[in-house]
Amino acid sequence: MGLLSKKDAKLITDPLLDNNPITIQVLGICSALAITAELEASIVMSVSVMFVLGLGNVVISLMRNIIPSKIRIIVQLIVVATLVIIVDLVLKAFAYELSKTLSVFVGLIITNCIIMGRFEAFALGNGPWRSFLDGIGNSVGYGLILIAVGFFRELLGSGTLLGIKVLGDPIEKTGLYAIGYENNGFMLLSPMALIVVGIIIWIQRTKNKSLIEEN
Amino acid sequence: MSKRTDSNGYTMIFAIVMVLIVGSLLAFLSSYLKDRITENKRIEKQQNILYAMGVNENDESSATFVSANVAGAEFSKYIKKQLVIEGDNTTEDNNAYLIDVKKEQAKAKDGAVRRLPLFVGEKEGKTFYVAPIRGKGLWDAIWGYVAMDADMIVQGAYFDHKGETPGLGANIKQRYFMDDFIGEHLLTETGEFKGITVKKGNNDAVNEDKTDYEVDAIAGATITGDGVSAMIKKDLALYLPYFKSLKK
Repeated sequence: MGLLSKKDAKLITDPLLDNNPITIQVLGICSALAITAELEASIVMSVSVMFVLGLGNVVISLMRNIIPSKIRIIVQLIVVATLVIIVDLVLKAFAYELSKTLSVFVGLIITNCIIMGRFEAFALGNGPWRSFLDGIGNSVGYGLILIAVGFFRELLGSGTLLGIKVLGDPIEKTGLYAIGYENNGFMLLSPMALIVVGIIIWIQRTKNKSLIEEN
Repeated sequence: MSKRTDSNGYTMIFAIVMVLIVGSLLAFLSSYLKDRITENKRIEKQQNILYAMGVNENDESSATFVSANVAGAEFSKYIKKQLVIEGDNTTEDNNAYLIDVKKEQAKAKDGAVRRLPLFVGEKEGKTFYVAPIRGKGLWDAIWGYVAMDADMIVQGAYFDHKGETPGLGANIKQRYFMDDFIGEHLLTETGEFKGITVKKGNNDAVNEDKTDYEVDAIAGATITGDGVSAMIKKDLALYLPYFKSLKK
């Protein structure tokens, strides 16, 4: 990458695998469980988080020298809440249809611990450009896991992907359903998301033994 | 390490200034965009009502409204009468669709007479009676519009929600759920109000039996489904006297 120095590029690539926010840092688990019953919702949430985290990291980074340390968490919360509300209001006024799809996610973004986590761990100590890269990198890493979980939950739970019936019609018994396949309703419930995330963590640590924490 | 930013005075001033800036920014933005947002909501109501009576741009599986810039014209074309039912009185009011069902429900709780809006539409020679309903889902409000014929047989339904779980409860606004209601009866053969229940495992997944007063539930969305049943039973029952008066 000519545009980015090696150190900067690492900020983007590290969170994708070896420092993934969900599987390694264990940030943003709550939303990974809540909204991954459908692939589409996972994608919308990933894009929204990318926007808020990228921008929020820059704002916090710019303010990092003037934020009083005693109330820094509250300040971070206000920044992210303000950003999200501004986006929500503007969408409601100019892209009403889209805002209706996103409104469910607004509360989830504000309380998403990945955002507070990155503000606290990175933006408070680094410049705006690096913070921006860190925000993008982490939200992409977050998005990857969300999309993977959403993919399996929607496929095995509803037999669809992005609402398209890929395995045939369960009611008219076509495709896979003709030979006795059934959707697994369990996949739609939150505990199964935790198990899917667990399996991903397991596979990842098996592939890369250096990630295993020692007690 | 003692920094300038650690002192109590600085912290207080920072907090006050930040709150003032953020507060006025949001207040300004909100009041600046208010008119536009209200207008969008008004158009959406018209689109919802039209959708329920079958004036929409659905293709095979998606639920699509008539587009926002023609909603007003289509609304005045298809909706022949807007009624407000208040106890035994029925009056016409061209802004009945702006009645806030939430406020009316609250009024009824305090013992006042609730104003019930009803929209009489006509499409291809058929008359539709569209009524708004509103209730509680799992997380937040759910609402909808149900189009009926003079016998209170459902002709179309539109449901929406504020914050149901994506992929589960949020699917009440999917076609496969809403379309199940079409043709369902709300009244028993003797004319009593029975309503429709969203039920798990009713052995009728494709909903062929239209007089079982049941539609098939969405997996993983039990409480949202119960909310839909409850709002249909509670709110539509209130219209029974009006429909009875049509038969006289």
